[in-house]
Amino acid sequence: MRPLIELPAPARIVERLQETETIFTLRLKLEDAALAAHYRFAPGQFNMLYLPGVGEAPISIAADPRAGLIDHTIRMVGSVTRALAQLPAGAVIGLRGPFGRGWPMPAAEGRDLIIITGGLGCAPSVSAVHAVLAQRARYGRVVLLEGVRHCRDLALKSRFAEWLDHPDLDVQLAVCETNPCADWPWHTGNVLTLMDAMELKPERSLAFLCGPEGMMQAAAEKLVQRGVQAGDIYLSLERNMQCALGLCGHCQLGPHFVCRAGPVFDYATIGPLLGKRGV
Amino acid sequence: MTHALFLPHARLDDLIRQVQSAGYRVIGPKLEAGVIHYAELNVAAELPWGWQAEQTPGRYRLHRSQQTLAFAWAAPAQGLKPWFFAPVEPLWRLRRTPDGFGLEPCLPDAKPIAVLGARACDLAAVARQDRILEHDPHYQARRQDALFIALHCTHPAASCFCTSAGTGPRASRFDLGLTELDTGFVLEVGSPRGGKLIEPLALAGATADQIQAAQTAVAAAAAQQTRRLPAGDLAGRLAACIDHPRWDAVAQRCLACGNCTQACPTCFCHARRETASADGQSAEHSRHWDSCFGELHGHLAGFQVRPQTAQRYRQWLTHKLGNWWAQFGASGCVGCGRCLTWCPAGIDLTEEVAAVLGEAPCGR
Repeated sequence: MRPLIELPAPARIVERLQETETIFTLRLKLEDAALAAHYRFAPGQFNMLYLPGVGEAPISIAADPRAGLIDHTIRMVGSVTRALAQLPAGAVIGLRGPFGRGWPMPAAEGRDLIIITGGLGCAPSVSAVHAVLAQRARYGRVVLLEGVRHCRDLALKSRFAEWLDHPDLDVQLAVCETNPCADWPWHTGNVLTLMDAMELKPERSLAFLCGPEGMMQAAAEKLVQRGVQAGDIYLSLERNMQCALGLCGHCQLGPHFVCRAGPVFDYATIGPLLGKRGV
Repeated sequence: MTHALFLPHARLDDLIRQVQSAGYRVIGPKLEAGVIHYAELNVAAELPWGWQAEQTPGRYRLHRSQQTLAFAWAAPAQGLKPWFFAPVEPLWRLRRTPDGFGLEPCLPDAKPIAVLGARACDLAAVARQDRILEHDPHYQARRQDALFIALHCTHPAASCFCTSAGTGPRASRFDLGLTELDTGFVLEVGSPRGGKLIEPLALAGATADQIQAAQTAVAAAAAQQTRRLPAGDLAGRLAACIDHPRWDAVAQRCLACGNCTQACPTCFCHARRETASADGQSAEHSRHWDSCFGELHGHLAGFQVRPQTAQRYRQWLTHKLGNWWAQFGASGCVGCGRCLTWCPAGIDLTEEVAAVLGEAPCGR
């Protein structure tokens, strides 16, 4: 059995950050120096995190590719993520990965990049933003629109704080609730409403979408209406992933194994399968 | 069948001993617990001599026959899947250490098996799973050295449709191939390994009449089948039919029990399970067969991808007959008929797909 593919490798929690009441970030380092030296991931890929005695869960990689540490920003929703939330810095968990096809960074070179995320959907996009900033000159305009349902749901606050002031990024935040917190200086309304005022050169633009499926579909449709090609719109999907190897069958969406062919798909390919109940 | 030999019934034990002495565990059909299924076998007397199996939707019955043949029945209750893709497979064992944990990978370590009397449908299913589990170390550990003594089928059940699935009744890939006649078997060599194995038996060549009789019997088995699948790659046709009312109609009868998926020799879905010891110091991570009819198959934290039985049946059928082509270049159905025999509601896949695809294409 190959380590990191079929067999989890031990990874130590170097740092633990509480993002919101229910969202936390684990900063991991592989214990085995040789595995750590060879570990490479592409923005948008995911790892299977393994908590001994509890099980595995697929979590997207939100790290800065330069740092050599592997960040995962996680929401407490299932048995594994709830148990992971209890771990302090210094604890050791297991990791397999990276898996799947991430964001098409080479295709984004020379183009304007529109990133639209909802809630914790921003996590898989973080590594894409870092990849852009690492080689900023290769990309055109970069817009990041992040929407949350409640203002207390905003994760990665320190990164957003940094990016909001970044001269080379156009970042906007939106909150859905009608009475946001007193300290919410940004937009009130669905993240999609931010798109209305967004400057867009459709032929120059590539879009990365990540969030609830309905939100991504609505955003993709809006972009198509404004002239962006469906093949230039990319969505990161979520499905039940247990093996991450395209074998266990749970993540199937039509002919696709989301864990292997995705999680990132272009809208021309995946659009016809979205919004159909039970497919 | 250019160079065929004849193996009299009385010398089947010589073949079994030969296979055993070559280091294989012999697996063959046996009558146990009211069904004929593949099990470990030591002597030819353990074969289901003189039995016939009646298989129709929702029904399996064994009957005594006038003839004393060993293979006068069709698909065994279960295919060869559990012998290579184990129903429960431990993947690793964990032990906590002072500074973390250690994992010990689990890999099967058993003698290779030789299957005596492997049906064409079951060999086709093994070939389908070979494709899926090509890089799976657990599957390959069991599969790589396996030997197949095929049985070209002469007694299909009413549930069989291998002819239309393009997989039988004659097997296409084997080490040795048998066709049963009244007094023994016409035997073909399908691989150098198979040839070497039977050399010491010094069998006589089959006569032209024996060869003719064997070919006629297999051709008759093909002609006898009444059930059929629509031909070819059905992916596009089925994808156009996702709103067909038949899915709701079949869901009125389907219990979502998952028997079809457990009896199917190609279904590969599996779930992973972590079992911890009471003291929390050790754990075992395993995989076990799962079913797309189960509540947890499409379960995500926050939502259920396929809450309704109609959606699950549609997923199963459209995957098996349609999307499998895009994934693995073939149909997921080999025509063994087990899904309809073992369906407690007697749902017939061939009838359902015919109703969905109907006379006219969907969505036009």
